[in-house]
Amino acid sequence: MATTVHEPPKIEGQRDPSQSHGGFNSGGQDLVPGNLPAVKRYSPPPASTGIWVVLASITMTFAAFTSALIVRQGSALDWRHLTLPNILYVNTLVLFASSFALEMTRRRIRVVAGGLKADSVDASRWLYAALTLGLLFVVGQYIAWAQLRAQGLYLATNPNSSFFYVLTAVHALHVLGGLGGLLRVIRKMGNSTLRKSTLDATAYYWHFMDGLWVYLLVLLWMKL
Amino acid sequence: MHDTAHAHAGQHAAPTSFIRKHVFSLDHKVIGKQYYGLALAAVLIGMFLSWLMRLHLGWTNLAIPGLHLLTKNGAPGDVMTPEFYLQLMTMHATIMVFFVLTTAPFAAFGNYFLPIQVGAEDMPFPHFNMMSFWVTFVAFLVLMSSFFVSDGPTLGGWTQYAPLSAVGQVGGPGEGAGVVLWALSIAIFCVGQLLGSLNFITTTLDMRTRGMSLWRLPLSAWGWFITSVMGLTAFAVLMPACILLILDHVAGTSFFVPANTVMNDQMQPHSGGSTLLWQHLFWFFGHPEVYIAIVPGMGIVSHVLVTNMRKPMLSHRVLVYAMGALAVLSYMVYGHHMFVSGMNPVSSLVFSFPTLVITIPSTIVVLIWMGSLYGAKLRINSASLFALGFISMFIAGGVSGFFLAQPSIDIMLHATYFVVGHFHLVMGVAAMFGIFAGTYFWFPKMYGRMMNETLGKIHFWCSFVGAYAIFMPFHYLGLAGNVRRYQAFAPEYMQPLIPLHKFITIAALFTGAAQLVFVYNLFVSRYKGEPASDNPWQATSLEWSTPTTPPPHNNFGDTLPVVYHDPFQYGVESSTGDYVMQTSPEKASAHDES
Repeated sequence: MATTVHEPPKIEGQRDPSQSHGGFNSGGQDLVPGNLPAVKRYSPPPASTGIWVVLASITMTFAAFTSALIVRQGSALDWRHLTLPNILYVNTLVLFASSFALEMTRRRIRVVAGGLKADSVDASRWLYAALTLGLLFVVGQYIAWAQLRAQGLYLATNPNSSFFYVLTAVHALHVLGGLGGLLRVIRKMGNSTLRKSTLDATAYYWHFMDGLWVYLLVLLWMKL
Repeated sequence: MHDTAHAHAGQHAAPTSFIRKHVFSLDHKVIGKQYYGLALAAVLIGMFLSWLMRLHLGWTNLAIPGLHLLTKNGAPGDVMTPEFYLQLMTMHATIMVFFVLTTAPFAAFGNYFLPIQVGAEDMPFPHFNMMSFWVTFVAFLVLMSSFFVSDGPTLGGWTQYAPLSAVGQVGGPGEGAGVVLWALSIAIFCVGQLLGSLNFITTTLDMRTRGMSLWRLPLSAWGWFITSVMGLTAFAVLMPACILLILDHVAGTSFFVPANTVMNDQMQPHSGGSTLLWQHLFWFFGHPEVYIAIVPGMGIVSHVLVTNMRKPMLSHRVLVYAMGALAVLSYMVYGHHMFVSGMNPVSSLVFSFPTLVITIPSTIVVLIWMGSLYGAKLRINSASLFALGFISMFIAGGVSGFFLAQPSIDIMLHATYFVVGHFHLVMGVAAMFGIFAGTYFWFPKMYGRMMNETLGKIHFWCSFVGAYAIFMPFHYLGLAGNVRRYQAFAPEYMQPLIPLHKFITIAALFTGAAQLVFVYNLFVSRYKGEPASDNPWQATSLEWSTPTTPPPHNNFGDTLPVVYHDPFQYGVESSTGDYVMQTSPEKASAHDES
């Protein structure tokens, strides 16, 4: 998994307004005194806005699942207690560690981008660590499902197990999406085309997966 | 006046191969046209299904030649069975709501014109944009494939109420594989629309060109932006609902089927689900969906009207605020679809109140249109006629909403044709008129040719008269107690209503045939229409200032435009006439609020 990055990745910092489509000073031409009081001076890269749009959408999806769980629990007499597999708590720590590694990646890259260091080997190591820990989390979740199956708790056994499998599986799918994002960051680092906005968006998504998982864990612990 | 900036998100080289140019294209304009093509195919199929239903309703035992080709068991002797009628009804509604009313006004026109109207080269995530269309296309194929499974498509209605939708084959023809395909199709469709919403929102917020403040966006762009926010939240809720429904079918879970449910004399093997859970999840999406269908039309119609009135709206900003208020309130009213579900009367009141409140922004929008039209020398053309028709349908369909918003009245009318008339006018026909207005207005920019005006006006008058002839009597039928979803009218009290049903069927055939005039006009004008200039309507927004018509691959050539004005500077004196384009640095009139 180790890699050597021979040249520092090109990190796109804050967009130069002169290159921004919304920039006020772009073009270098005199503005004819028409009516230009309300123009934008700066547009963020779309990835910076887009990631919040994505997170809002994911939040709505899990809000829907949560309301489904609450309504379902209140509507029937077949709700059974389910003891969560202990490995989930280990998985939580693994996911946190992955986020920590990604944050270290960002710090290292900032140093490289600031010109304080010539190569990004350190950053790559942390990035691979984040990726590996993320994969470990998914494997850990699979082990949790296997443990439940060993207890005879399948998807359709009771509503509790149904919600457990559905919520953790949908979360795991989103984590796999995040792993895809990390791979994309690795590829872009490799060919020196990584943008700061891409890295930031990937990190926000990954940290959001942490928060979402903690929320789900508390929800499952309280309700199942 | 153009900007010289070149580095832009979403920028991609012009494609050279046929596949990248016309099939898997990243160009928002091609994707917009693909969405339009999909919607056109879908609306023709949906209309054909409605013809079959109407023929059956008018003449119950009529043998429709060739009907057996559509179904294995649903048309013995080419006569429609009750189950097949319900299957056609479900597919008609699903196709129309999802693949026509959502895709055409929002995804088709929005994809083509939003980036141009904000002054961008493309959407910021063109690969996601391409995926959005192809995912939607796959969703359509999955839905249509249900015609080919053993017992046909689902018969549960586009709302797919549980427990019928969740019990499987025992529920009737199509309730097994048909429902699974339906839910899978809609879940896939949700993914496509979420990808689209992501692009629409970021395009509006981040891709605006120099000088294009939010308040300088045309009303059509506002309509698409507000709709994309609604889509982002609504489809994100429908998708989990569909996942749970599929699991009830294929994994034996018990999300929606109550314990001890007996269906067709068979005890169902479910431990205790909630039927109301499905309704909550569905209508949390379902009511915003009504506005997802209509708000883009509001934006398009406003844009068309302003251009043809040659003067600005009474208030651009209030109109935008009103559309935004509709979007926010649309999430608070969904319970009015559940007044007859046995909900607590207090809950009914809680949902009734915002339902009545939502009529306020709707009324504001209409009053702004009417007030702006007052005294205007409106240019009468196909686009402006359909815009006026939109207002007419929106008012006619909206007025019945006042009645239905009240639980005490809704309980009486809920399952009748009154509701069918209401939503067809206010959501279906009105949105279709918005699509037509947009088509006649923007066709010259999309294809560089004008549509035939005479055929357009014939299309309008036939559609306008025809739509009222079909759907106004629905209100009367509902008040007379004609229950909806019945495939025949056996009760004695319904017998006097049958002649009216025959009249409606004839009107539907006539109005549907008029749409073929539109299709003919569309295709013939595409190749043989009169060549269009870059700005045939003397309009002001950015799509009319592209260097060529249709716009080049990157919309504005080597340079991006600079915006100096509000979008609708009409009724002024300028070097170009009675308007000033957004890109013109020429001093504008006092109308400029920015």
